[in-house]
Amino acid sequence: MKKVLMGNHAVAYGVLLARVGVISAYPITPQTTIVEKLSDLCARGELNAKLIDVESEHSAMAGCIGASAAGVRTFTATSSQGLALMHELLHWAAGARLPIVMANVNRAMGPPWNIWTDQNDSLSQRDTGWMQFYCESNQEVLDTVIQAFKISEKVLLPSMILLDGFFLSHTSEPVDIPDQEKVDSYLPEYKPKYKLDVKFPLSFGNLTDENYYYELRYKMQEAMEKAKNIATEVDAEFLSTFGRSYGIVESYRCDNADLITVTSGTISSTTRVVIDKLRDKGKKIGMLKIKMFRPFPVEDVRMALENAKKVAVIDRNISFGNGGIFCQEVKSAMYNTGNHIPVFGYIAGLGGRDVTPMVIEDIIDFTMRHDRPGDDIHWVGLKI
Amino acid sequence: MRAGNNTLTFSILFSIFSEMIEIRIHGRGGQGAFTASNLLASALFKEEKHVQSFPSFNAERRGAPTAAFIRIDDSIIRLRCEVYTPDHLIVLDPTLFTIVDVTHGLKDGGWIIINSDKRPDDFPSFTKFKVATVDANSIAVKHHLGSHTAPIVNTAILGAFSKITGIVGIDAVLAVVEESIPLKKGENVAAARETYEKVNTTED
Repeated sequence: MKKVLMGNHAVAYGVLLARVGVISAYPITPQTTIVEKLSDLCARGELNAKLIDVESEHSAMAGCIGASAAGVRTFTATSSQGLALMHELLHWAAGARLPIVMANVNRAMGPPWNIWTDQNDSLSQRDTGWMQFYCESNQEVLDTVIQAFKISEKVLLPSMILLDGFFLSHTSEPVDIPDQEKVDSYLPEYKPKYKLDVKFPLSFGNLTDENYYYELRYKMQEAMEKAKNIATEVDAEFLSTFGRSYGIVESYRCDNADLITVTSGTISSTTRVVIDKLRDKGKKIGMLKIKMFRPFPVEDVRMALENAKKVAVIDRNISFGNGGIFCQEVKSAMYNTGNHIPVFGYIAGLGGRDVTPMVIEDIIDFTMRHDRPGDDIHWVGLKI
Repeated sequence: MRAGNNTLTFSILFSIFSEMIEIRIHGRGGQGAFTASNLLASALFKEEKHVQSFPSFNAERRGAPTAAFIRIDDSIIRLRCEVYTPDHLIVLDPTLFTIVDVTHGLKDGGWIIINSDKRPDDFPSFTKFKVATVDANSIAVKHHLGSHTAPIVNTAILGAFSKITGIVGIDAVLAVVEESIPLKKGENVAAARETYEKVNTTED
């Protein structure tokens, strides 16, 4: 059934179809309508889940950890400062290998207070052991919620689905809501191997010395590595079941491309418009969209960029003291190949600054006109 | 590097999307501009158009100026940025003309559909645009939608939009109002139908 849905409601319908058992959440702009819609679905009896209204995001994640450890499919949603408040427990959830799925509506970190989109909130959680999937349309958001449970439950790591504040969260567009029956066959009931059970008591998260801790960290990294192939397989199965797929990365019109722009989130969507226009004019420019950021799809990125003469990474985020975070990851992925293509790093769209087709064209134009990046960071449309 | 400040280039750039129609709705917080944009998007979707609707991304407060946007196209809409050069405007409150630059970026020849008891000729300053007026406040109150001080005109104004622009059929508008509005379905449908019949234009 196709319906005009805002991104936040697309998240809620994904959660409904995944038959989530526990939702533990706290409201924050621009995420609030996710939890409102889920609360509504629960109240109407359409979603048979326990919705726990907690007093903070820290408690929201604590609630998720308890429920997931007890063997229930578990979901939460947050944004910005809310995600930051969860930080300690994000490590806990990943370290305990709990397949919790969360939607984080990308919103800038304050101060200064700002409710608009950028990726610094989720990228600050890069090293917590959560997988991260950046989406560019409401359809992709809904589909990724369903896929994320499947991936997480296979590799036993939690997943974060990222959608840009307002540009997706509050934007309505047609979304195909899959049939429940089809989703049930695609995503069967969650049956964990180990769970909190008074009839079969086990110890969870106990003190572990270096004899075991080191190996447990190895296992986490191994699970992350495995997740790349599993996510690709889960996506392929999604294609055969529902007729849609996204890939963990996507090369868009990269054939014989001299310049490949690297993007994520809604900037990918607008970049497609620009690429189409430039390709019509005969310019050899393509786009690499990075959907999966953790684990970072190193091999896929290398393969996608190997024949490009230049790369332009557009980051809606910044690691202060270094630069764009996707740019760092792309450079790092390319380094050991010996294929040292010039990688230009652009910072754009922080705090919801609009990234229009013109901004993207300016980035492409600047990259085309220069042989080398020069500065490590290029700020786009800086007013000072 | 500097970029993104030249509005002239915007209009040239955006003209490449000639088949895409962009609409901006001006209102005040609580009047339902965002709801109107979503209803309009749903009605157009019913007519198998590709649509995108979103509110202005400002923190909304009741009574403060606000806006909502709709994009309409025959093919999938990939553009995900704000609307700078709308084709048409809907203005839910004419007092906004003195507070915000309502016609900013409006394309020449575009319609401005105003909720007002005045005639279109009473807005003579808009020589580059076409003006239509409808007293949606009175029509809403007559159908018990809101109060005299705070009439709810988000469904009513869509009938006028349908009649004036022809972009969306009145049947699709009425069907979506009927499906989507939880309370006073009949009253909302009747109000939209009445503005469809009563809207005044400069071309009358």
